[in-house]
Amino acid sequence: MYVAVKGGEKAIDNAHEWLAEERRGDPSVAELSVAQIREQLSLAVNRVMAEGSLYDPDLAALAIKQARGDLIEAIFLIRAYRTTLPRIGHAEPVDTGAMACDRRISATFKDAPGGQVLGPTFDYTHRLLDFALAAEGLEPHAEEGLPAEGKMPRITEFLNKEGLIQEEPRSDQAPPDMTRQPMEYPAGRPLRLQALTRGDEGFVLSMAYSTQRGYAKNHPFVGELRIGTVPVEMEIPELGFAIEIGEVVLTECETVNQFTGSRTEPAQFTRGYGLVFGQTERKAISMALVDRALRWEELGEDDLGAPAQDEEFVLSHADNIQATGFLEHIKLPHYVDFQSELELVRKIRAEAMDAAMKEAAE
Amino acid sequence: MQTTTSANEARKGWLSLLAKAPPARLAALFDGIGDRPGFTWLRSPEIGGVMLRGRMGGTGAPFNLGEMTVTRCALKLESGEVGHAYVQGRDKAHAERAALVDALMQTGQAAALREAVLMPLEAERAGAKRRRAARAAATKVDFFTMVRGED
Repeated sequence: MYVAVKGGEKAIDNAHEWLAEERRGDPSVAELSVAQIREQLSLAVNRVMAEGSLYDPDLAALAIKQARGDLIEAIFLIRAYRTTLPRIGHAEPVDTGAMACDRRISATFKDAPGGQVLGPTFDYTHRLLDFALAAEGLEPHAEEGLPAEGKMPRITEFLNKEGLIQEEPRSDQAPPDMTRQPMEYPAGRPLRLQALTRGDEGFVLSMAYSTQRGYAKNHPFVGELRIGTVPVEMEIPELGFAIEIGEVVLTECETVNQFTGSRTEPAQFTRGYGLVFGQTERKAISMALVDRALRWEELGEDDLGAPAQDEEFVLSHADNIQATGFLEHIKLPHYVDFQSELELVRKIRAEAMDAAMKEAAE
Repeated sequence: MQTTTSANEARKGWLSLLAKAPPARLAALFDGIGDRPGFTWLRSPEIGGVMLRGRMGGTGAPFNLGEMTVTRCALKLESGEVGHAYVQGRDKAHAERAALVDALMQTGQAAALREAVLMPLEAERAGAKRRRAARAAATKVDFFTMVRGED
């Protein structure tokens, strides 16, 4: 039985007004601007863009402000906005080989051509709270060096020249799009990568961690991690040629995995791939590990029954907006559902009680 | 045909530059050159999403990465030239200025516009890129080998 219930409008309005006041916090403290969030909480902005699946730093900063810093709520706002945008088209695949790198490191080759460029990293910091940041007015100053000319070469290319790493066959086949058609399993690698790059950082991290701890172990090395800016090129029909329509910061991680060979593949290194919006290296590394674990079938590896090998399990639980939507809906009114369960339990108990009384009487 | 290709290359150059230009800078430079020409909209500014793609392993088959916001428009000057713009973000005034520059670059004002708008944008962009690359270069690791004193 469906019973419509009305009411609570006034309470809801008042709750939202109070929310706005709480969001503002103590009015004697200066209000945060969207530009301050964009510039000074940029890694939060990056995460919202990556998992919101929309590259727009100003919108992500606004969403963070509106969500009072609740990043999943902010991602929800971005996803909702995204669905209102008409799709103008698709860009050409980005050329990460031509990235203007802020950071580029390899854990496999110390003397990699192009060098180990640390960039603005938390690595090698002592993780001690810096109380100097509590004071305002600090003017940090970065040193400058002499930049090298030309592209930063790919680490996996060196292995590829020797035939020691599995090939990544180039194609220009249009990939499936999970925002346009419902997911079906087996999904295949293009859809997996799309789902992982917008998947929840915590979930993808935990899945990756599980592979490191032994559930579908695949011995990853970070062959290369690079963060930087790439141009976005798109074919413009009315012009008849492609132009750059913008540029984005991306994090790319290529893992090189030990592989002793299988029934179908010779002993060689295999690859896992992560590519994520913004400076988001924890996510990109995680994505690469999970990508590699999910490739067990095409590489002829055994199904070890590990969670990270289960494509349907991973992909259908990676999205934090789907997850939180389903999880949080249970706090909303379920009065009627619960009423029916309550009556059912009362009835079962009453029947059991009657039966027990009867038995005692006999 | 050769001239068309090089004309397209030049046009691609300024359209790409305008797409990535900071809106406030384009506004300051373009609004500084005087009155705007009259025009009619062929497509008034429209905000939309463009799906970006990556390649597996950086070089393999494509996959969908996520969208970015883009604003596009098209206009026609009273003198007949058509200007297009596809710019990053959601700034309609920025798209309008970019399309006006595109149209005016096809007129006798091209040289003046190049000097007043495109060259400063290009120089500032190159400067910002250079500063960033220089900061990255300063974080490049110089390894030195420790000699073990076993023999």
